[in-house]
Order: sequence, then C-alpha cells, then structure tokens
Amino acid sequence: MQYHSPGSFEDAVAIAGAASGTTRFLAGGTDVLVQLRADIVTPDTLIDVKKIEGVRSITREADGDWRIGIAVSGAEMSEHPELGADWPGLVEAMDLVGSTQIQGRATLTGNLCNASPAADSVPAMFAAGVIASVTGPQGTRQVPVTEIPTGPGKTSLKPGELISALHVPARGARGGDAYLRFIPRTEMDIAVVGCAVNLRLDGDTISEARVSLGAVAPTALLVPEAAEALIGTTLDEAALEALATAAADACKPIDDKRGTVKFRTHVAGVLAKRAARIAYDRARARA
Amino acid sequence: MSKIHVTTTVNGDAVEFLCDARETLLDVLRDRLNLTGAKEGCGTGDCGACSVTLDGRLVCSCLVLGAEAEGREIATVEGMANGEELHPLQQKFIEYAALQCGICTPGILVATKALLERNPDPTETEVRYWLAGNLCRCTGYDKIIRAVMDTAADMREAS
Repeated sequence: MQYHSPGSFEDAVAIAGAASGTTRFLAGGTDVLVQLRADIVTPDTLIDVKKIEGVRSITREADGDWRIGIAVSGAEMSEHPELGADWPGLVEAMDLVGSTQIQGRATLTGNLCNASPAADSVPAMFAAGVIASVTGPQGTRQVPVTEIPTGPGKTSLKPGELISALHVPARGARGGDAYLRFIPRTEMDIAVVGCAVNLRLDGDTISEARVSLGAVAPTALLVPEAAEALIGTTLDEAALEALATAAADACKPIDDKRGTVKFRTHVAGVLAKRAARIAYDRARARA
Repeated sequence: MSKIHVTTTVNGDAVEFLCDARETLLDVLRDRLNLTGAKEGCGTGDCGACSVTLDGRLVCSCLVLGAEAEGREIATVEGMANGEELHPLQQKFIEYAALQCGICTPGILVATKALLERNPDPTETEVRYWLAGNLCRCTGYDKIIRAVMDTAADMREAS
C-alpha cells in the first residue's frame, strides 16, 4: 500500500488518476482503517486528504451557506459556536456516531461516503438539502448529497473522484431541523431506524418540509409524501398521523438482528412524529 | 516496500521513526517506541484501550496510521505521571481500586484526563457518556466513575 498526503485536491485527483488497483481516500479513517485492518478493503493507494488547505475548517459563506471541510471531525462540529444553532439536527445526528474517541476523527463526508444505510448523519443531510462539491479529473461539480449513496457501501462517485466540500444551506428565518434514531441502548450503537425532519414556518403554518429516513432501505430515503403531509399544516394530530403513515409506507427495510421489518416500519412513523415536533418547536423559537 | 519516515512529538519529546504505510499509531507506539501503555483490545475503535490524544484530541490510536502522526503532538498514559509522582487520576484509581485486570485502565486514564481538562466539573452522566467508548469487562464501571468524580472534586479544590 502506498500512502500519499497531497497538499491540494488537484494533486489528490492526479494521484488517484495515476493509481492502479484499489484507491481509498483517508480523512478520519474510522471506516477506512477498520476495513483495512480487517482485510475487508486493502487499498493499493491510500490518499490522506488532511493536508489539503481548508479541509479542517467550518466557514459561513457570504450568502449564509455553511461550508464544512471534508476533514472536520464530529467533535469540531459539536464544538462550533454557531453551526449547531442553525442546524441542531444535523450536528446532533453527527454527534450520535460512535464514542468520544470516534468523534475526534469521524467526518460528515466519511459518514456519507461509507454509504451505510444506517449512517446517522446522512438522513440529517438529506433533510437539510446539503450539496456536495465533487472534484475529479474534469474539475468540480455540485451534487445533492441525496445522489451520492446508491446502495450499502456504494456511491455514485466515479473512480478518481472525491468530495471536496459539503455545503449546508443558509438556515434562514423560521427554520428548524431534528434527527432521532432508535437503538436498543443509550449510546454506542447503530441505528435500527433514523429519521430527520427539516421544516420552515410561515406564521405557525409549515411552508416547506423535507423528511428523510435511515436504516429502512438500501440507502437513506428522502420521502416527499411525508413532507407533503406536513406542508400547509400547523402540525396538528391529523398531520402527524398522515406523516407517520407516509413515513411507514416509504420503508423498505430488511429483517436482521437489529430489527424486524414490522418493527422498523412502525418505529419510522413514531420517530417521524417525534422529530417533526422537535423541528417545529425549533422553527417557532427562531426569529 | 519502502518505509515512511515520520517526525513527531510524543509526551513532549521529539521522536522519529520509520514505519510501514499500514502500521497504526498503536503499532508504532508499542512496537517501535516501546510505549506499551496503550493496549490493543479490539483494533476496530470500539473498546478505547488504545486511547491517546492527537493534538489534544482524544482518539483511538488503532484508528490512526503511524504516518498520520507526522508533525502532530501525541500524548499517552506514559506522560501522565510527573516522574515518580502519579497524576491525581492515577492516584485515585489506586485508592478506589478502580481496576482489576488493568487492560482498559491506561485508555480510561487518558480519556478522563482529556475530559477534566475540558470540563473540570462534569456530572456523573457526562462522565459516563464521555467514557462510553472505553470498555471495562471487570469492574462494572462504578468504582471508575466514582474515582473520576472524586478526582474532579479534588482538582477543583486544589486549583
């Protein structure tokens, strides 16, 4: 295995382009190094992206969008003084990943590219409408994160491409988000079901909504029918019931040791209602 | 395969080593630098026995490559005591018998030191969540948590 630590995305792409065999990009390493040590994926070329300028920073752009560098750790997101005020659901979702030690290394981009259907931060990113900058031999293009994962462990990134930044939209007025997951204990576990809700209010009425589910299909799902159940309502009981039904209907889960199809489908509806209430309260609390 | 030359700082001392690309920081600490305090429990970042700090950030050294240590500052359990004088956490762990087999202890000491540097007055809940990634299969955690809470109180009084 060859280890490289380029100083720019151009160099990283050039190294990847010239490499043969299996190439992996290394940021936090909490998935890549586990797979390496377990001989699940043994890269011929490992490209450490942490020496690239700007990858460790969280920046609020002039238009209010947040740019999150690809090597920013979960702990750095949680400690940021303003990001969590704008996007508490996204920050909390990332914070649910792993232990304190894992939080010191694990990244939002890594959680996305590892493409686990149960990744906690991914539904939160889907709901928030996060955009990825994807850099490759042909330059950089903008891709909604909803188009990145294509199945367990699989992404739409082409050989030699990598994500070079994540862009979280400006929060704007009267918006709120939330992410909840079910695990059978209180910490250090993988989601049986996860649900993120992001919404905006006009007065007390929901004017925009995005609802995403995790761990109930081969990738995280954006569920437009669930969002439609919320839009135009004040989150009354009827809206919550319609939301739960739409969320449950969208589930295509597997039976495994962590949960049955029936259980996951039911819990998806329960979590959607709870997450929607939190997001609604957060939106109302914002000017 | 050619080895990678790495210059880094471990417990305040400048250190150089050669390592293979696949070698983890834990391998390097134990096998090349003879710092065997950090233990390999799971090797997959689940158990925390290999906890060290990297530029002050608590991490599992089994999930860091040796090559990534270039130019960084690493702190291990070997750097906690000041000569023969134990760190208050180490002293309190002995008083409380907050260990049995001892495999998890170096990681827990490094992790709690990092916690108390950030938060000198943690609640028991905060201590338990902070240490959720440090598994102990002997003690049932109770003595560990009590030792940490008592050390934190002593250190607040002393400061």
